[in-house]
Amino acid sequence: MKRYPIRLAALVCVLAALCSAAAQELHFILRSEPKTFNPVLVAEDASDTIRYLTGGVLMRLNRKSQQLEPELAKSWSISKDGRTITFKLREGVLFSDGTPFSANDVAFTMKQLMDPELHSPTGDAFRSGKGDVITQVNGKHHIAIIFPAPVAGLAKLFDQVAIMSGSSPQKEKAVLGAFMVAEYKPGDFVLLKRNPNYWKKDASGRRLPYLESVRLDIQQNRDIELLRFRRGEIHLINDLSPELFDRLAAETSGVTYDAGASMDSEFLWFNQAPKAAIPAYKLAWFRSANFRRAISSAINREDISRLVYGKHAQPAVGPVSPANQFWFNSKLKAQAFDRKAALDRLTQDGFHLEGDMLRDRQGNAVEFSIITNAGNKARERMAAVIQQDLAEIGVKVNVVTLDFPSLIDRMTQSFNYEACLLGLVNTELDPNSQMTVWLSSGENHQWSPNQATPETPWEAEIDKLMRAQASTPDLKKRKQYFDRVQEIVWEQAPFIYLVNKNALCAISSAVRPAEPVVLRPQTYWNAERMVLASDGQK
Amino acid sequence: MASGSAENSRGRSAARRFLQRLVVFFITLLLAGLLGATLVRFAPGFGLSTEQLDTRLTPESVQALRDAHAGERNLALFYARFLGGLFTGNLGTSSSFKRPITELLRERLPVTLGAIGWGMVLGWLLASSFAASAWLFRSRTYDLFTTVLSGIFLCLPTAALAILFLLMRAPGRFAIALVVFPNVFRYVRNLLATSGELPHIITARAKGLGPSRVLLWHVLPPAAPQLFALLGVSVSMALGAAIPIEAIAGIPGIGQLAWQAALGRDLPLLVNLTLIVTAVTLLANWAGELFAQSLRSHAA
Amino acid sequence: MKAFTRIAAIALSVVFVAGLLAGVLAPAHYAKQFREDASASPSGKFLLGTDELGRDRFSRLLYGSRVSLLLAPCAALLSTLLAALIGGAAGYFGGRWEKSAMLFTDLFMSMPWLFLLITVRAVLPLNTAPTTSVLITFSLLGLLGWAASARVVCSGTKSLRNSEFVLQAKAAGCRAGRLFAVHMLPNLKPVLFAQFWISIPVFILAEANLGILGLGVSEPLPSWGSLLRELEDFSAIGLQPWRLVPLFLLLMVVSCFQMVISEKEYSR
Repeated sequence: MKRYPIRLAALVCVLAALCSAAAQELHFILRSEPKTFNPVLVAEDASDTIRYLTGGVLMRLNRKSQQLEPELAKSWSISKDGRTITFKLREGVLFSDGTPFSANDVAFTMKQLMDPELHSPTGDAFRSGKGDVITQVNGKHHIAIIFPAPVAGLAKLFDQVAIMSGSSPQKEKAVLGAFMVAEYKPGDFVLLKRNPNYWKKDASGRRLPYLESVRLDIQQNRDIELLRFRRGEIHLINDLSPELFDRLAAETSGVTYDAGASMDSEFLWFNQAPKAAIPAYKLAWFRSANFRRAISSAINREDISRLVYGKHAQPAVGPVSPANQFWFNSKLKAQAFDRKAALDRLTQDGFHLEGDMLRDRQGNAVEFSIITNAGNKARERMAAVIQQDLAEIGVKVNVVTLDFPSLIDRMTQSFNYEACLLGLVNTELDPNSQMTVWLSSGENHQWSPNQATPETPWEAEIDKLMRAQASTPDLKKRKQYFDRVQEIVWEQAPFIYLVNKNALCAISSAVRPAEPVVLRPQTYWNAERMVLASDGQK
Repeated sequence: MASGSAENSRGRSAARRFLQRLVVFFITLLLAGLLGATLVRFAPGFGLSTEQLDTRLTPESVQALRDAHAGERNLALFYARFLGGLFTGNLGTSSSFKRPITELLRERLPVTLGAIGWGMVLGWLLASSFAASAWLFRSRTYDLFTTVLSGIFLCLPTAALAILFLLMRAPGRFAIALVVFPNVFRYVRNLLATSGELPHIITARAKGLGPSRVLLWHVLPPAAPQLFALLGVSVSMALGAAIPIEAIAGIPGIGQLAWQAALGRDLPLLVNLTLIVTAVTLLANWAGELFAQSLRSHAA
Repeated sequence: MKAFTRIAAIALSVVFVAGLLAGVLAPAHYAKQFREDASASPSGKFLLGTDELGRDRFSRLLYGSRVSLLLAPCAALLSTLLAALIGGAAGYFGGRWEKSAMLFTDLFMSMPWLFLLITVRAVLPLNTAPTTSVLITFSLLGLLGWAASARVVCSGTKSLRNSEFVLQAKAAGCRAGRLFAVHMLPNLKPVLFAQFWISIPVFILAEANLGILGLGVSEPLPSWGSLLRELEDFSAIGLQPWRLVPLFLLLMVVSCFQMVISEKEYSR
């Protein structure tokens, strides 16, 4: 017992020495201009970064353990029917401008979030049914929030809800997070300074964060980002591309991190919409599960992982990455590369090879186009690999790269495309966030959206399962339902999942502790406990 | 008295021409804005954004995102409202940046104008120095050297040029000069070469005039009208080069704005940028014409 | 002095012929992926190494020559002819014609043509043959690239309009068309040659940039523009300097063009 205070004092001295030796300003890049500083309206990466660093939340999903931890809420409970969540809030907490935090601020935030005129993406995640969300303030530090219908994965959704002050004259500028926005020069940078009133303290009683400030430069080009990292101008790079990762790893040891499979996936799908502007015979191909499974079997995912991602990717199994420890269906395996099996499946559907060309029953040559977004080198290379793989079974693929708005137009408005290669950047663990993808009536049910009634029995089954998992708070049952959804998707292959990219990042050796994870934000999820040591800085 | 009334008449004529130019200027701007708006409005992907693919959004929210562009779908109404706003100094709100366009332009226009200014000055300095020295030296080897040098910058992608500057820790805006230089050099070199073959040049040299004097007083003047026209046109070149350079080098100018606005089909911002580009192009070319005109009348 | 021009002409011919005979000369098809030899260094088997997908860079350079070296000069010629026609006519007729034409030119230069190109892509079928797509791309570049030069041509024509030999020709009854084509156009050659010379590399690079709209060459067809875009990855050049070969080749071609077309200047 006597050793403990000595060790603690030593740790504090070391930290103090480290902190005083280096300017405590963490520096990294925002890849686009933040569109808003209002936490309720956040809809893209740059604004989300600022919200993460400045926003105080009731509960925080620990990015490392993937477990929910109390923050501004000391404790919480969810009613049996899954409609009500009750919070006991932390006392003595102040906003950055000194305004006291209370249950009224939580009520105010929920009101803003659920305002139907604002169309907040964060708020929309809470919308489980028609009717208003009711907040019941039961004292300064007790609040109950009642939803019109059960909300699946309710507690984890609060990780995205940054509490705003209902009474501060500074409005959304008054924050409860570790940092606050000090300066913003459009097109140039955002400077965050430490929040002097941040409620969190470390074990020794020292107020967090250790860093004095965080500077976020706005820079789109990734080569330049790497250049600046090499020069020591920035400390972190998230989502490092595999090539740049390998190059940096070869130059400097100990700064690159491969945290394993990320939550992101790359996939291909065929247009199956009845209103698709494509010939009927092609629609018939795309609607055949045999055809889709055959194409899937003919694609060499190992080669994609090796050639496109430098082995920093893994063949994908389905909609959930193995990084999502709880929701991943571990019984399923990635589709094996098997040309013979692919041709056998195609033969079952009446396809046959004439010389080098595959033809259907009517003699039509099997040829289709794959659209993907331009400017993404990995995707363009993936398309080239797929093109070659399918050429081996007599299928001719034309690759067309388009700018994003044109791509979205074809995908969602004109339905004038045959196949599409895209990726999903998955920030949510809970599959409930993807309801609009799996419900046949959903907007994002990409292969055939907005169906009035399910077009196939398997889509009807998925609808039933997704609704069931959304309406029960029992996690075990939800897991069973969603495991079955994953099985159906594996069998029917409406999305042909290709790879899960690894979470690659770079962290300067000056940053302590460097604990990158697969969940976003990969590198600075623990920014409030970071320090910059002088020995790693240039 | 006669000379006084001739002067008055010249003055009135000049004022009338100036007024005519001003009217033409504004009509051209109006037309440019309308044509630019038409091109943007009817390009595929108008009114769509990646935000609409957010799986968290309810159908009502997705519809609201689409409806945000409802005011822009009727082009005639949009343009009429835009012009109305223009007269009150309200340039509209950018849908991709979600900020008033007046603010955006106030922040970024000086950056780009400065970058273009530097790009033009340095680019022309390089081009005219190499072109003039090539004429003076009259050496095939030197000509080859200047051709290869200007060729290097013509063949390098602008993006690569911008990155090269950043690698050298030089301000990215100077990369514009290396885009202007090769484009201008060839014209200037060829114009000087042609002008330098005129009969009066041979006479001047035969009479013992030094090469520099011959160049400045006898070779340049006949080529001047075309050089001034080129000067006006090179402003457009510099403006065009600013877009990829600012986007890559992260320079917060209107070039960066234009690129993001194009990707986001941001109609109000793109119309404003079209008007700015048209205004700059018209003014630059008319200035070039004016100089050429005054040179011709002086020579006459 | 003719030796230089001869060498330049031979070099150009070699590159053009090599491009035309790419199917015969290339060691491998441009799309063939030697996946076990991805990112290989130059060797006997792969003269310029392979790219990230194991495709032979030398073969891709040869096939790319076909696309870029045939079509870019054609597009450059188109834009030069348009500049000569519009600028020349404006300068020759003067007055309102000139003012209208130059206003049209200024307007043309200011338009965001990117959106027209996006619309063209939308109208084209997705399964358009790569050759058709490339032809359309270069035609568009030629049709859109004349405006800057037209102004300079107009200014040059105006200066020539009142020169002695033109007045004499007019007085002798020379018709407008013949006067322009035979007497004025040769004197506009410096500007037109400059336009032609600059346009070739500019169009080659522009074609690569149009890939972002779905125009230009699509995978796996290579073009010099797409090969040159690899130079944007600067840190790779130090490790793989052979990536600079397309740049040197384009530079050589462009310089040879200049030497050939400016041969007359030095043949005294």
